[in-house]
Amino acid sequence: MKNVKCECGHVNPLGTVICESCGRAVGENSKTNDLLDMRYEGTARRSQVRNQTIIDKIWNFFSSVKVGVVLIVLALIASAIGTIFPQEMNANLDKPANIYYEEKYGWFGKIYYLLGFHDLYSSWWYILLVASIGVSLVICSLDRAVPLYKALKKQRVPKHISFMKRQRFFNQKTVGNTEKLVVLAEELLKKSRYKVILDHGSLLAEKGRFSRWGPYVNHIGLIIFLIGVMLRFVPGFYVNEQLWVKEGETKVIPGTDMQYYLTNHKFLVEYYSEEDNEAYKNALEQKGAIVKNFQSNVTLYKASEKTLPGKNPELIKIKDDEIRVNKPLTVDSFSLFQASYKLNEISSMTLALTKKETGEEFGEITIDLTNPKDVYDLGNGYLVYLMSYFPDFVIKNGEPATNSPFPNNPAFAFKMVTPDKPEGEISFVAIQQNLEPMGENQYKMAFKNADFVNYTGLIVRKDLTLPIIAIGGAIFLIGVAQGSFWQHRRIWIKEDNGDLFIAGHTNKNWYGFMREIEKIFAGTEIPIPKDQGLEKEKKDTTNQGVDSVG
Amino acid sequence: MIILVLLATAISYTLYANFLQKNERVGAVGELAPDFVLKDLNGNEYQLSDYRGKGVFLNFWGTYCEPCKDEMPYMNKLYAEYKDQGVEILAINVGETDLAINTFASKYGIEFPIVVDVNGEVQHAYNIYPLPATFLVDSEGKIVKYYDKPMTEEMIREFMEQIKP
Repeated sequence: MKNVKCECGHVNPLGTVICESCGRAVGENSKTNDLLDMRYEGTARRSQVRNQTIIDKIWNFFSSVKVGVVLIVLALIASAIGTIFPQEMNANLDKPANIYYEEKYGWFGKIYYLLGFHDLYSSWWYILLVASIGVSLVICSLDRAVPLYKALKKQRVPKHISFMKRQRFFNQKTVGNTEKLVVLAEELLKKSRYKVILDHGSLLAEKGRFSRWGPYVNHIGLIIFLIGVMLRFVPGFYVNEQLWVKEGETKVIPGTDMQYYLTNHKFLVEYYSEEDNEAYKNALEQKGAIVKNFQSNVTLYKASEKTLPGKNPELIKIKDDEIRVNKPLTVDSFSLFQASYKLNEISSMTLALTKKETGEEFGEITIDLTNPKDVYDLGNGYLVYLMSYFPDFVIKNGEPATNSPFPNNPAFAFKMVTPDKPEGEISFVAIQQNLEPMGENQYKMAFKNADFVNYTGLIVRKDLTLPIIAIGGAIFLIGVAQGSFWQHRRIWIKEDNGDLFIAGHTNKNWYGFMREIEKIFAGTEIPIPKDQGLEKEKKDTTNQGVDSVG
Repeated sequence: MIILVLLATAISYTLYANFLQKNERVGAVGELAPDFVLKDLNGNEYQLSDYRGKGVFLNFWGTYCEPCKDEMPYMNKLYAEYKDQGVEILAINVGETDLAINTFASKYGIEFPIVVDVNGEVQHAYNIYPLPATFLVDSEGKIVKYYDKPMTEEMIREFMEQIKP
């Protein structure tokens, strides 16, 4: 690779614009007298220099800030489109997604599904997009931070006068005792907490260099944040599942690899009453019932051994607990949150075998709807056969059938065997209905009462990525603070045959920098720099004025 | 250079993990079928891995599922035909009452074993959408196909042929 040799004899890598050693402009820059572009200290950035291999091309592509911005904008647009229709995981689909989106939203829904917008965060191109943003951040940062770090670390104190003249802040003055003034400047600058280095009559004062790392610290935070988000896809880091448990039921907790089981003893809803507080009276009268508490009384078990689905392992009790809203049960890194409920599902029904004519009862049967028996013996020759049971009764094609396995509308077909009618009578019983399909009966099954159970709806959540995301966010903010609240300020002073040269550079807040210099050197012979950038701006605006008149 | 390789690795792993997760969601075709143990109404245990060496036609069903009712007679007929050729049918009820299953089984004269997934654990393991849902498991225990729509007799026959050892 070709290198660039500066007038001072220092050999700079190709692409350098400001000599690493003396500060003279090299290359194209040396032909003008404009202010130096001090970005990245005029160093050679990899992306500006090499463009031969594929690796160089990839590097150059991702090192461009423009590309980075385009990627971010694309991700934003995609995320916005992703909100047009509900995401698959939030939509509670009653059909497979490939049918659902087309049926509900037409051709646009179909495209939406085909492009993966229905499950945006898991669609390969979205992940690729976000990953590219990450790559862009890493490469952009490395491309700039490494040469900048090197340049600032090995910067030399004596600079060529042309370097100083082409700084935005510059002044020169012929004074009597330059050496004494340089020493005075050192003292004054040190008082203002500058780090000062003297070398052959040249002075470099510097403070707040770490503010230059702000953007890169910021990027590191973002990358850690992205890594955290990506880890959600790695098995074991993130679980988000629903768990419905009926009172009295024990179920395996999903996402725990069949390690933990949960029994729901009771789910209850409590309401505010006037007895709680007199002041509630008005509100309660206006609003009716106001819920005070949703609670599940549960017991947590651990399986003694890992079993296959469908096989019940021996359970070891871990603890009894009460799950309330925002008071989850926690075990290992899992949390079980109270999220939903379903009240009053019929669990059992009691009916009495009754003689229609006299109303005389010959015993009651209680049918457990989760496990109905096929025959109930009432003694003395009275028997009730349960011939069929329809939990969610409907008539389909003229036949009794069930819509679902849930006892929303239970119906039964009984055969009642009595000493009077040993061959039995058929009765069909649904809620508020009593049919006698085989002709007039002497007996009937009279409804007595029903028992109800509640379901609790829990959300099982585990998120090991949260600490990583939080750390990423914290580092991000540290980077922002670092870059915003501090400035990197440098002052060069050089004596040359009775002349004193002064130049200054800061990465932001030039006005404040000037005020500081004025304050530090007030009342001394040390020249206060002039803002050449400001003068240039003025010139430009007057020129523009002339142009517009012309 | 090293950095680029590292980045590429991280990205490909994320994509790979994501695909794995997606596959898990629909009963991974090409993967080993999740093993399970379920009991029939008489208390006999059936374990999927015991069927190694045979093809298994794994059908999730419920008495309330209309297409299931249509499919049962075909399955019954083809069960008799393919049993000797090394294809078994295992019908997993989604956890209904014994009475409902018994009534249904005797109404359709079902010959093949019916097991009951009382707690829904097997349904969760296979992550099935609404019924009917059928998995074809080959003699090596791998899922060959997942089908979630009603089947005709010809389709069932074709499926049986697919998993014949």
